[in-house]
Amino acid sequence: MGDTSSGGGMTDTIRRIIDDEGRLAVDVSALDDDTNLYDAGLTSHASVNLMLALEDAFDIEFPDEMLRKQTFESVAAIRAALEELTTASMPQS
Amino acid sequence: MADLPANAPKEIESVAAMIGATSAAPAAAGVDRDARFPSEAIDALRREHLLSVLVPAALGGAGASIVEVAGAVEALGQHCASTAMVYAMHQIQVHCLVRHGRTPALEGYLRELAAAELLLASATTEVGIGGDVRASGCALERRDDRFHLEKQAPVISYGANADGILVTARTSAASPANDQVLVLCRRSSTLLTETSGWDTLGFRGTCSLGFRLSAEGPVDEVLADSFADIAAQTMLPTSHIVWSSVWLGIATSAVSTARRFIRNEARKSPGRAPAAAVRLAELVATLQEFSELVHGAARRYRECEDDTSELSSLGFAIAMNSLKLSSSAYVVDIVTRAMSVIGISAYREDSEYSLGRLLRDAHGAPLMINNDRIAGHNAQMLLVHKGE
Repeated sequence: MGDTSSGGGMTDTIRRIIDDEGRLAVDVSALDDDTNLYDAGLTSHASVNLMLALEDAFDIEFPDEMLRKQTFESVAAIRAALEELTTASMPQS
Repeated sequence: MADLPANAPKEIESVAAMIGATSAAPAAAGVDRDARFPSEAIDALRREHLLSVLVPAALGGAGASIVEVAGAVEALGQHCASTAMVYAMHQIQVHCLVRHGRTPALEGYLRELAAAELLLASATTEVGIGGDVRASGCALERRDDRFHLEKQAPVISYGANADGILVTARTSAASPANDQVLVLCRRSSTLLTETSGWDTLGFRGTCSLGFRLSAEGPVDEVLADSFADIAAQTMLPTSHIVWSSVWLGIATSAVSTARRFIRNEARKSPGRAPAAAVRLAELVATLQEFSELVHGAARRYRECEDDTSELSSLGFAIAMNSLKLSSSAYVVDIVTRAMSVIGISAYREDSEYSLGRLLRDAHGAPLMINNDRIAGHNAQMLLVHKGE
């Protein structure tokens, strides 16, 4: 787990990207970290744009095995995936 | 034990082949000419318990897999594409119920389906939404433990002949368009008002008329899983596999006719192969590619059918969409080339080598869920999928 401050910054960035790309039926500020984004109106088309924006913002690439609905179903799930990717890349850097 | 034991899975394809030859084939020209429901063949499938084969044995079915069902669809498709398509579309619905129903009421319905060999239809598209099955305008209205649903369906294939219809709708009036459920609408509590006809080039016997649907029922006949999961894990892969099996049946039939024609030509001039025999050889090789593609996809789905993580991955969705794109192109190509092998006798409507109906049916393949839409979906997913 990352420390609270970087977790908070990451969460804010995730929420901003969802706001920009998610085309949700509700305002992203109304969502909890665990709210299901698909139930909130995230379509598969919008989810691809969300993935691309996340890859760009965090300078990572989601490997194919992460490209499934569950990975992007909530703010918390996205954060967990990003933390897994950034942690995994650390030893090499 | 029931007095009429259900078919063992391995027998399903051969029973379907028999029904295809004896019930579907003799009626196929009339079904096509009159755009009428292929009742002889569907009745025969019902008599032989082939409508319920996907229902688990514990609920009275044969517990067959998608591989056996795809084989049965392919066998029927060699005789009457409309019959095969009706059977295929029915099995898509049964597969959704078996895998995602998960309420005692729907388990009870599967028992009924197996006991009475009920026929299921589908109403996923909607007027004003376009062809996107993952969006609905209509919404389920719930009052206590009952639901009410009104839907303008541009197409409900064989809706007038079905015992039940699985219908998509938004979960509630407050839900966004893609927050959908799938609900069973029983014939007895559903009013269908015809709004458009079905006079098409091919698949005329599917009787895919438009209807205004008005239904009510108990809320525990709403499938338990969200339609998003049902679509990704079952409806889309099953559809692409069984539709491809219909088209493979059509292609196989066209190639069989071409083989018969060339054999007959060869007999007329012994010792010298007919000129088109070489093109037949190439055609048979293409049919083999098509066959391996469809059979491989059915096996792939069976092998991962309980792995929800794999089924909801972009890689799997891209593969199943690619199956549809390729299969629908193969069938048009193969029937067209079979016609050129046979020549004018295939072009004639009054010849024993006529391929007119098959050619018209084949051209439906790229259009049912338009290939442009499917290629667009794949193009979008390929922006993030690396294929590594």
